[in-house]
Amino acid sequence: MMAKYNEPLLNEIEEIEEEFLPEEIERKELNIPNLTEREVMKHFLHLSQMNYGVDTGFYPLGSCTMKYNPKLLERIAKNEKIKFVHPLQNEATCQGCLEIMYKLEKLFCEITGMDAFSLQPCAGAHGELTGMLITRAYFEWKGEGDVRKDVIVPDSAHGTNPASAKMAGFNVIEIPSKNGMVDLTALKEVLSNETAAFMLTNPNTLGIFEKDILKIAEEVKKVGALLYYDGANLNAILGKTKPGIMGFDIVHLNLHKTFATPHGGGGPGAGPVGVKAYLEKFLPVPRIKKEGEKYKLDYNQPYSIGKVSLFYGNFAVLLKAYAYILRKGKDLEKVAEKAVLNSNYLMERLKRYGFEVPYNGKRMHEFVISLANLRKKGIRALDVAKRLLDYGFHPPTIYFPLIVEEAFMIEPTEDESKETLDKFAETMKKIVEEDINILKNAPHNMPVRRVNEAMAMKKQILTWKDISKLK
Amino acid sequence: MEEMLKFLGLKSIDELFDCIPEEIKIDGLNLHEPKEEMEVEMEIRNILEKNKTFFDMPSFLPIIKPHYIPAVVEEIVSRNEFYTSYTPYQAEASQGILQAMFEYQSIICELTGMGVANVSMYDSATALGEAILMANRINGKKKVLIPKNIYWGKKSVAINYAKGAEMEIKEIDYREDGRMSLDINEKDVSAIYVENPNFFGVIENRYNEIKKLKEELDALLIVGIDPLHLAIFNPPSYYDADIVIGEGYLGIPLNFGGPLLGIFASKKEYVRQMPGKIVGATLDANGKRAFCMTLQTREQHIRRGKATSNICSNQALCCIAFVAYVAVLGRNGLRKIAIENMKNARYMAKKLEKIGFKIPYKEFFNEFVAIPPVNAKELNNKILEKGIHGGLLIDEYIKNGILFGVTEMHTKEIIDFAVDKFEEAMEEIK
Repeated sequence: MMAKYNEPLLNEIEEIEEEFLPEEIERKELNIPNLTEREVMKHFLHLSQMNYGVDTGFYPLGSCTMKYNPKLLERIAKNEKIKFVHPLQNEATCQGCLEIMYKLEKLFCEITGMDAFSLQPCAGAHGELTGMLITRAYFEWKGEGDVRKDVIVPDSAHGTNPASAKMAGFNVIEIPSKNGMVDLTALKEVLSNETAAFMLTNPNTLGIFEKDILKIAEEVKKVGALLYYDGANLNAILGKTKPGIMGFDIVHLNLHKTFATPHGGGGPGAGPVGVKAYLEKFLPVPRIKKEGEKYKLDYNQPYSIGKVSLFYGNFAVLLKAYAYILRKGKDLEKVAEKAVLNSNYLMERLKRYGFEVPYNGKRMHEFVISLANLRKKGIRALDVAKRLLDYGFHPPTIYFPLIVEEAFMIEPTEDESKETLDKFAETMKKIVEEDINILKNAPHNMPVRRVNEAMAMKKQILTWKDISKLK
Repeated sequence: MEEMLKFLGLKSIDELFDCIPEEIKIDGLNLHEPKEEMEVEMEIRNILEKNKTFFDMPSFLPIIKPHYIPAVVEEIVSRNEFYTSYTPYQAEASQGILQAMFEYQSIICELTGMGVANVSMYDSATALGEAILMANRINGKKKVLIPKNIYWGKKSVAINYAKGAEMEIKEIDYREDGRMSLDINEKDVSAIYVENPNFFGVIENRYNEIKKLKEELDALLIVGIDPLHLAIFNPPSYYDADIVIGEGYLGIPLNFGGPLLGIFASKKEYVRQMPGKIVGATLDANGKRAFCMTLQTREQHIRRGKATSNICSNQALCCIAFVAYVAVLGRNGLRKIAIENMKNARYMAKKLEKIGFKIPYKEFFNEFVAIPPVNAKELNNKILEKGIHGGLLIDEYIKNGILFGVTEMHTKEIIDFAVDKFEEAMEEIK
């Protein structure tokens, strides 16, 4: 059966050839190597050893909530009872999956104070898009679709917010922040009967809780617009308050942040969307219903926006989040407490070492420091980030949010010990006192030295075929 | 914790939350007491026990299908360094996953014949939506032609994605052989979307006609592919596809429909209009080969409202599974599986034909339409009682039609057993 490279690919299946196998559509060339399992395992193991994950060490990537992923979640999701279950099976044969989804929706309602959820969106940004499509459908239903064309976002918002609003067809208006929070005056100036929604994350990307949230909600409602909650930072307020109580109409959650499902090198995540009762009818189909003891998929939703992904979302991720919530229960509140404590502790340590923290007051689960005063020495945030790698730390998010110069956005999460935080702070202090050349040339101890990203952009070598153009 | 609070000059944890106004504070969540690890596992196992799997009940559902996943693939994606990492913003700490992604892009380009691939969309449906938006960015036109026989769920997603750009989506009817009609009289067409194999499982063989139509319409060609099918049939580059999308199910379990992997590739000249993340090769400061994410100025974290897409988190780990699967099977293994899929499907179709089903389209890969001589819904319910899950009812497309999906896991024994049950059930219904 080992065909040679130029041998016709299909000559071994005569029976099929008789029926339908025109020569002109048969593939003649396929340049994929034949390797042994041993070679493949060795290769990928070697690659994994050149990769840094949460299990490797401290990963304070701000806004991404790189918390520990309990191993129980992984084992549960490897169950054959989900791996070999097809999404289009007869409802009677997938009651287990439907039950998990139904119960998870209810848990999310309690945690967020919303009335109904859809688990279909596959990531946070996907949830935002879904939320914006719901917003659009709602105003179209009200007959205001042609008027409500603006979505407002603060300048500290995640880039996905304006991008998602734009994708759903809205004009995006960005408003400046004041003292690290929403500037009510600026907000009022742009709010009008053309506003469809105001998108906000609370606590915001500086880690500051928007204490005027009720006033903000009032102003937004006054013009008949919706208030959208970007759930990226929900981790900070679990059990302390709820988006539903703050006056939000639509929320999305990031299960790979708040609910401990792994980030997978960039995904898959999950971005369920929750709404207040009056928006429920616009949620994607199918909805999961319970009739007696049976769970059902309900497609009969005439006002629904339709579908946002092929089936019901990233089910295996949903299952992991369900396991996490079962395990934590009431103690989810403690998650927020420890996360906020860790963040304030690390911020204070860094402050005492002389690092500049723009804006006063306590923070929630994350904080942003500015390394702008190192610039006169010629040191950039990027240099400090790269040097951190040499000390075994994953750097924080850099150059975001955009409103802070030379930003270092730090989110320690609840799982880190005081020792780790102390060590990180000490290392930061040590690094900024190091010789500038050491920083400029960092990292020194990684599998590769500083990677030339500008060259990658210029050369555009995007497959192995082009690799010879590298030299 | 005490020590940390003391360091902050605080008496209690509550003080950390005093920035939250009293009016909106709550006194904890109304949830259950925390559970032990064992309790959680047992509880979830008990719930999942209610599911019936492919092994409890052979199933012939299409669109995504059960495929065997070699153990080594699972081992690879279970490496903590991969699955507990995030988007490789710090290239020096992420060479492993970056190289794996680069390899994934290379494999997708080899399979599809395209010049560039991104590191995934969520699934084939969102990939189609993104492809429509990309076509609009390239030529500014607003009309997209899609086949009438497209899975309704995929169409619904694509329509949602196209809403913001105010695209007009027009359906093109299919011919008697199940293939999309190419007799099209339309103006200002941005893109035409062709599936190969299509929703009815039918393989496309009209390369020249498709190419000619595309030129006549002055439109871009988006092709929906099946990666396994490409192991034995010509890639869409043969008929001048501009953008290629598909469901990248190789190495990924069914998982009740997610996570999936949206394949997205295009001609290299359009790379700046692509959505999603792309990895490039470069050098490090010592002149050693290295990898990093590239062309990020297309993306939301830089371009915000002007980005090519809002996508941030994607399905990266599924890309690793895909590339590991292809690596371990290799060219010969892939071909072998592809051939087995087609053989098994055709074997089953023939057997069904013998017991009275009509098979309207014969030129299929591993999915096919069959029309039973009795009521399809009744038949499906009946065989379910007999421990077989039938195909997907597609009455909205073909009267009384059933769409079957067959793979290498549907051995002769399974097919024979199932067809016997079909025969039995048909007898009982008559």
